[in-house]
Amino acid sequence: MSLDKDTVRNVAYLARIDVPEEDLDGLAGELSHILHFVERLKEVNTSGVEPMASVADMTLPERADEVTGGGIRAKILANAPDSREGFFLVPKVVE
Amino acid sequence: MTKLTDLSLAEARDGLAQKKFSAVELTSAYVAAMARHADLNAYITPTPELALECAKASDARRAKGVAGAMEGIPIGMKDLFCTEGVRSTAASRILENFVPPYESTVSANLRDAGAVMLGKTNLDEFAMGSANVTSYFGNVANPWTRNSDDKTLVPGGSSGGSAAAVAARLCLAATGTDTGGSIRQPAAFCGIVGLKPTYGRCSRWGIVAFASSLDQAGPMTRTVRDAAIMLGAMAGNDPKDSTSAPIPVPDFEKALTGNIKGLKVGVPKEYRPQGLSAEIAKTWDQGLAWLKDAGAEPVEISLPHTDYALATYYIVAPAEASSNLARYDGVRYGLRVDGEGGLDDLYCRTRAAGFGKEVQRRILIGTYVLSAGYYDAYYLKAQRVRALIAEDFRKAFETVDVILTPTAPTPAFAVGENEDDPITMYLNDVFTVPTSLAGLPGMSVPVGLSADGLPLGLQLIGKPFDEETVLKVGGVLESSAAFTARPSRGEG
Repeated sequence: MSLDKDTVRNVAYLARIDVPEEDLDGLAGELSHILHFVERLKEVNTSGVEPMASVADMTLPERADEVTGGGIRAKILANAPDSREGFFLVPKVVE
Repeated sequence: MTKLTDLSLAEARDGLAQKKFSAVELTSAYVAAMARHADLNAYITPTPELALECAKASDARRAKGVAGAMEGIPIGMKDLFCTEGVRSTAASRILENFVPPYESTVSANLRDAGAVMLGKTNLDEFAMGSANVTSYFGNVANPWTRNSDDKTLVPGGSSGGSAAAVAARLCLAATGTDTGGSIRQPAAFCGIVGLKPTYGRCSRWGIVAFASSLDQAGPMTRTVRDAAIMLGAMAGNDPKDSTSAPIPVPDFEKALTGNIKGLKVGVPKEYRPQGLSAEIAKTWDQGLAWLKDAGAEPVEISLPHTDYALATYYIVAPAEASSNLARYDGVRYGLRVDGEGGLDDLYCRTRAAGFGKEVQRRILIGTYVLSAGYYDAYYLKAQRVRALIAEDFRKAFETVDVILTPTAPTPAFAVGENEDDPITMYLNDVFTVPTSLAGLPGMSVPVGLSADGLPLGLQLIGKPFDEETVLKVGGVLESSAAFTARPSRGEG
């Protein structure tokens, strides 16, 4: 599978990474090369094989639905690039 | 008296217990070594003042008769572990100024066991790399150099700073994390011991996530015994990580009996690919001969899907990474680059400026293989092949107790080599990735030098949660190899 420039532009947008127009061709080549490499998996017969999402041979544990932490708003906002009155601040999203 | 920085962790522990020296003296020796060899760039953020304070507190605890398993031991912390109040960057510009308000479980366990953190060690950005050349904070230099030239060599990756620091004696031991080989390959390149435990042995809570179904923390040390001691202090069930295993932590040091009589050592025939360096092949045969001399029985095994492991890994790991790294949005923490086009523009510009080339490449691959129309063909297919790779190991372990392989296909290479083509770089992990996909414990032990004077490592792979056998056999390999060579740079 080879990726063209438009596909890379679209994937970059899906990933929310700004890729300059002049870099698209080069990136398309690199990504196609990697995809070509992984395509050898097509040779493997996997009929009847369940996809393996985790090696942990266990069911996820449950715990009581209780509040066990929190109340550290100031500590969390200390890393925010921009905040006001206890909220994260972002550019205007509603006109 | 031996130089303090030459003691192993076990020796330092005993010396501290016998009051031959204090934690402050030991820590001071390392702080001085770190300053003398800052040119290796092994640390992103050294924390000498904090270290000396912790050492003082450790001495005070010991004076009261309280001593943990790592009491007063100065360690390096891979800068992928969040440490409360100490910036934690993942070697990325996007986290350049991130100061976590919490402590990762593994680093907290080590601290509670008395360990003294000397600083945060360098790594490949978000642990993505095999040469420590993708860090925003610069390359790490391998303290080893070739006999034939004086080119700066890579320490391997992603835990390259930890490996270089342990080898150059800029810490007694260090934490690493391993997703596809990131503990074992740099350990081999730097001539130290690196142990990736079974997936679930150590909590992942507070470790900056790369690929959550693969990531695992482990010790990087100068001896097998040191790895056993440190793993015991790092491991344990943690309610904050639902994938951490609810099983007791054994006394790993007790496993080092030296007795491997009758143990069956698997030798996978698929691990002898064309182009495997003759030196590596010879070292592997030598390792096997040592184990045989000690009474173990070599058994040829087959892991038929080995050849598909790298391709599987380079779908699964980027897919998980693209999802995990979606959190870096320039809003709640980390770098923010404002744009004129509203919130979307802010995301796109922040992530373009904040992530380096290799990280972007992996996010894009991951986004592509998870996107509508390709999910089944790539991601689900890779997960199915992963199941087959795990099954290969399960079957092999019906007849053998442990598996011996090379750790990496070559010794350390120079900065700039293997960088033209991402696939060439990925091939470094050809022997370590299958173990990661299967979630099994793997340890690299230094066993010799190449003709050009570089360390070579062998990998031992064990059954799930059987780090004890891996350590026991590793101990035998270590004493047979008697690897005492020292790198040309670092503390002499």
